[in-house]
Amino acid sequence: MNAPLAAAVAGDIDIVIGGVCIRLRTGSVPFIAGVADRFRGFLQPVVAPDHVLEVTLSEPTIAVGDAVDDEVQVTREGPFWQIRRGDFLAQWDPRTRHGHVRMVPSPYSLDSVIRILHTLILAEQGGMLMHASSVAWGGRAFVFTGVSGAGKTTISRLCPADAHILTDEMSFIRPRDGAYVAHGTPFSGELGRPGENLSAPLAGVFLLAQGPHNRIDPLSPTEAVRALMANILFFAHDDALTARVFDNAIALAAAVPVRRLTFVPDARVWDLIGTDA
Amino acid sequence: MSDIMYILRSDNVAARRIGDELMIMSARDSSLYSLNETAAILWQAADGVTLLADIVARDICPHFDIDPDTALRDARELAEDLAACGILQCSPNPFGGTPQGPTP
Repeated sequence: MNAPLAAAVAGDIDIVIGGVCIRLRTGSVPFIAGVADRFRGFLQPVVAPDHVLEVTLSEPTIAVGDAVDDEVQVTREGPFWQIRRGDFLAQWDPRTRHGHVRMVPSPYSLDSVIRILHTLILAEQGGMLMHASSVAWGGRAFVFTGVSGAGKTTISRLCPADAHILTDEMSFIRPRDGAYVAHGTPFSGELGRPGENLSAPLAGVFLLAQGPHNRIDPLSPTEAVRALMANILFFAHDDALTARVFDNAIALAAAVPVRRLTFVPDARVWDLIGTDA
Repeated sequence: MSDIMYILRSDNVAARRIGDELMIMSARDSSLYSLNETAAILWQAADGVTLLADIVARDICPHFDIDPDTALRDARELAEDLAACGILQCSPNPFGGTPQGPTP
């Protein structure tokens, strides 16, 4: 089956994130309703999806609450990727851009499958999902990353009224025409609501730290790559994929300023971002 | 480890030069290592069949103001540190090649 030629049928739902369309194919109307609610703002019926994922729903063999705490295993089996956790088992063929998943009927489990799938798709395209918030402001996008508690959600909450929060949890970054673009995602963190489905050229990545004064400090090239690698989402312990993710981080660090932003958690930090970035 | 040491780059790592530094990433656990100039020389010369002593004599001593015995001792410690990180292998025998033995 050639994914781009797949015609939409009843039971299909197209999720478009960052310009990448994954068509879900399932016969369960209640499940589709749950997916539509979870991914609202990112549903867009298309004629030719980039990828097709057949969904088979199954009863959970273990409690979902336990399952989602399981470690994700992503392995390459010949040409296929296999993605496994307690609440789902997926197989993905990047050549045909087609796969199937057997999973419990939970939009949150699907959320995880979609995230992992995007890490594989984006890695091959030079892009990435990153544990980071991102905000579009004045025609530019700013990405804020760091360890848990560094302030990713806080800084997005503090953004100016005319800015748009692309995500407070998981940034979607793709190369385009020799530069990078940050896209909104439905993946939310503490904010509890999806990002806006917008995109903007990426003007900078900030490694967050909280301190007594607002300041921006440069990072050395290796510090920048370390900061990116520590926050790019990828699961597979696969030599080729790891090297690819490494190269993608190096390319991003070479093309976009990656700096440390120490900030006091109030709105004045955005004055600094607007003038210095 | 005997005085005879061969070193070989591990095959599950990705190495990239970033600015003036050589950065190594282990695919095993995604650990990142930045190698200084001496470590980078050792790592790049670690073909598994050239004696460490020969690498030191050929690639390190001519570039640094250091006596050969001290350079070899330091290189041995460095190689063992890199091996502990999993990005280099050390052996008293050559890796998959014909033993060269020490050069006269």
